[in-house]
Amino acid sequence: MPDYNLKLIIPEVFLFLWALFIIAFDLGTRRRNSKLIGYLAMGGVAFTGILLSTYHGGFAFGNMFKSDMLAVFFKVIFLGSAFMAIGSSFGIITDKIKNHRGEFFGLILLSTVGMMFLASAGELITLYIGLELTTIPLFVLAAYYKDDRISVEAGLKYMIIGAFSSAIMLYGLSLLYGLSGTTDLLAMKINLAYLFLGNNGLGWGPLMAIILVMAGIGFKLALVPFHMWAPDVYQGSPTPVTALLSVGSKAAGIVAFLRIFTDGLFGFSIEWSMILAVLATGAVVLGNISALRQKNIKRMLAYSSIAQIGYVMVGLVAVNQLGVAAAGYYMFIYLFANMGAFAVATIFCDKTGSDSISSYAGLSKSSPALSAYMAVFLLSLAGIPPLGGFVAKYFVFAAGIKAGYTWLVIVALLTAVVSLYYYANVIKNMYFSAENPEFKIKPPLSANIVLILGVAGLVVFGVYPEPILNFALDAAKVFIF
Amino acid sequence: MDFPILSYMIFIPLFGFIAVMFLPKEKHTLIRWTSLAFSFVPMILSFYLTYVYYVNFSGSADMVFTEGPFDWIAPVHVQYFLGADGISVPMLFLTGLLSFISILASFNITKRVKEYFSFFLLLESGMIGVFCALDFFLFYVFWEVMLVPMYFLIGIWGGPRKEYAAIKFFLYTLFGSIFMLVAILVLYFTSDPHTLNMMELIQTVPGVMGHSLQLFCFAFLFVAFAIKVPVWPFHTWLPDAHVEAPTAVSVILAGVLLKMGTYGMLRISWPMFPEATRFFAVPIAILGLIAIIYGALVSMAQKDLKKLVAYSSVSHMGYCMLALGAYSSVTAISGCMFQMFSHGLITGALFLLVGVLYDRAHTREIAAFGGLGSKLPVYTGLMVLFSMAALGLPGMSGFVSEFMVFVGAFTAPAPDLTIYTAIAVLGVVLGAGYMLRMVQRVFLGEFNSEKWSGLTEINVREIITVAPLAFLTIMIGVYPSPLTKIMKATLENLVNLMAR
Repeated sequence: MPDYNLKLIIPEVFLFLWALFIIAFDLGTRRRNSKLIGYLAMGGVAFTGILLSTYHGGFAFGNMFKSDMLAVFFKVIFLGSAFMAIGSSFGIITDKIKNHRGEFFGLILLSTVGMMFLASAGELITLYIGLELTTIPLFVLAAYYKDDRISVEAGLKYMIIGAFSSAIMLYGLSLLYGLSGTTDLLAMKINLAYLFLGNNGLGWGPLMAIILVMAGIGFKLALVPFHMWAPDVYQGSPTPVTALLSVGSKAAGIVAFLRIFTDGLFGFSIEWSMILAVLATGAVVLGNISALRQKNIKRMLAYSSIAQIGYVMVGLVAVNQLGVAAAGYYMFIYLFANMGAFAVATIFCDKTGSDSISSYAGLSKSSPALSAYMAVFLLSLAGIPPLGGFVAKYFVFAAGIKAGYTWLVIVALLTAVVSLYYYANVIKNMYFSAENPEFKIKPPLSANIVLILGVAGLVVFGVYPEPILNFALDAAKVFIF
Repeated sequence: MDFPILSYMIFIPLFGFIAVMFLPKEKHTLIRWTSLAFSFVPMILSFYLTYVYYVNFSGSADMVFTEGPFDWIAPVHVQYFLGADGISVPMLFLTGLLSFISILASFNITKRVKEYFSFFLLLESGMIGVFCALDFFLFYVFWEVMLVPMYFLIGIWGGPRKEYAAIKFFLYTLFGSIFMLVAILVLYFTSDPHTLNMMELIQTVPGVMGHSLQLFCFAFLFVAFAIKVPVWPFHTWLPDAHVEAPTAVSVILAGVLLKMGTYGMLRISWPMFPEATRFFAVPIAILGLIAIIYGALVSMAQKDLKKLVAYSSVSHMGYCMLALGAYSSVTAISGCMFQMFSHGLITGALFLLVGVLYDRAHTREIAAFGGLGSKLPVYTGLMVLFSMAALGLPGMSGFVSEFMVFVGAFTAPAPDLTIYTAIAVLGVVLGAGYMLRMVQRVFLGEFNSEKWSGLTEINVREIITVAPLAFLTIMIGVYPSPLTKIMKATLENLVNLMAR
């Protein structure tokens, strides 16, 4: 009999029940109290975090559910992104989504449950189910403005691409099962090493599996050349959903990658890290250069997030302890910076109805605090010290240099200079413009919590990164290099 | 030292940055005086530091006032480590003084006062940090931290092409910095045990690092520093940034920021990579020579007063590069340090004075003026004084530094720079050319009485801002030995390190 160890999945179970409770509560109160629902959802996420800090460490259901430090680390990121997405969507639920508020939050929480299962997956089936549970609610959420053609288009596009990429990935996973005879990732690592490392070279079977799985995850992460869907979906979706897509769901992709490649396929790390290096180069070059031309802030942030994931990939390419920790650290900082930037975009759009970058002109005069927050988020994304984004980039590049990928680091750094141009372009509009907008934006309390949390995270972990770095290094110890 | 003076110098302006941000927006006077107070304290500390160093430590090449190394990010060996020696003390003195003067000179700013002064204090904090950081990561952080306030200061309060100038400055400098970051990481992973401590790296790098890797790191660091100096052909950001920036920011740019490039070379590149320094010495001297001649010729052609001063900076920093090429001569390296210090004083003052005129006349076009000498005698006197200092008139600091550079570079045992030095002396003649022409066209000749009858004389606050600079320029010109004494032991040690 395997050891079920049920208490390890208490956080997931609670969040799942809470999602159902929120939907039911909204119905029960006849959708009257939109703010209360929002705060209940935020509180539920926070409480899940507390549960997680108590119930973790060890394996459940045999080896299928691993509650190791890696899982905990990424679960914190997922919960953070859900918390911040919910916090920044109060304006939307009072104005635009009047009839399905409970479902909106419920779906965000369900998607988060999926991510949490994914992070803990010890074998391929659990991983795949986690992935589907993550993405299916997101299809619905992307199309949530059901009267808006762009939003519906986004939802549809995301669903088709999502189904397509899942199929590709599933094909790759089935090949892996065929090659190794197991779905358990640890056993797979041993079996594959036993079967293939004696022979010279990779052979067609594993190569196909690597390419298919990488393509599948590449679609989820919007890595170049699998990124085509991202800008349209990001633009069309409600902005908090875009934020969740760009942080939570990407972090889920990263952890899936880590579980499959850095663990299961560790034996082939030389081969797949080379492929990944090429993908990372494509992401940082194409993402940053395409972002230069964008006039819509959500599209700009979409391309920027393609590039940002490219930087995370530099850490994964390194295939060493520092690299995995750096990638984790990067995602952690990226959570604050990107969620924050999207929160500002949401609040701005609630007030003005515009997503165009030029409409930010002169914002610093009418809303100095909001502009200052936005400047901090963007400068962190650009990697300017002493904000967290710089430290994160430093760790990632250090890992790359350590692994001997100096060329990749130089390319990534050069594109980071390019990225400054479009981030600074928003700042230029907010601060340097002579325009004096008439509107004054006062974010609601929930959004202020999100914004201040974001800025505080970036400043504190930029100046004092050690606690999170140690946490990430602990998470990286899950892998044996 | 029990009293962490360097930390206080860094963190008092930083605290001021936060404090000013929380002041009420419309209380302009309060904001101005608070900022002045927050920059006054580091200035006094920098004077005290210089005095203590002069009296107690000027005979030795050791780092003093050290703080740390304390662990900052232990898993990657990042430390908080500060210290000062004969190279940093004059720069800290200059930064403290010029920051205070610049804030005083900014009292006439009326647009978004609160943001202006808080950014200025953040800038000061970063600059002081650069000059005393001894950990590579810390150095890089300070080096970059400055860019943000600078970007805002040029972009919000600048001239007509401010947006272009601001982003050009930001991108250009960041472009240079990434090369430094790569070099830092390579150095970190080459050293064994891994360290980012500059003092340790200076000791160990020549022993453990291969020749080609040394050249690689040196070249990468050189790009970062050369953009800051700026060395020809990396100078194109400078005229834009200097011309568009508000007066006080131009003062800081010319007086302090440019020195960070040469400071970085003296503090890091030269002692850490002696082999590479020898390898690249002649090309560097040639770049310096080109800058001297090119900067002077372009200055001559300028119609805008501020642009003229900006290009003269390119020329003057060229002397530093020529001197750095003569790595084996203590005289040349001292000349470089002297030039850094004196250029900070002179060009800072020139920018202040150009700003004074611009505030009144709202134009900087040389051809628009003429005969101002009769209308504004005090202003003219000051302007002529600093023009003479800039062209290297004996008795002023500019002469001392240029003379030292020439003597040092001419007599340096290695490499042979005699021909280049001989050509570089032409720069002095050209310098006299553009400066005298400017003086003649602006202050002498016929006075356009209907156009400029409303010009008012320089006021007391403005005189206070340039008076200390005038005093120091003349003092060093007549009696340079205190400055020599401060830097002598450190620079001798530096030349010894480069002979490894």
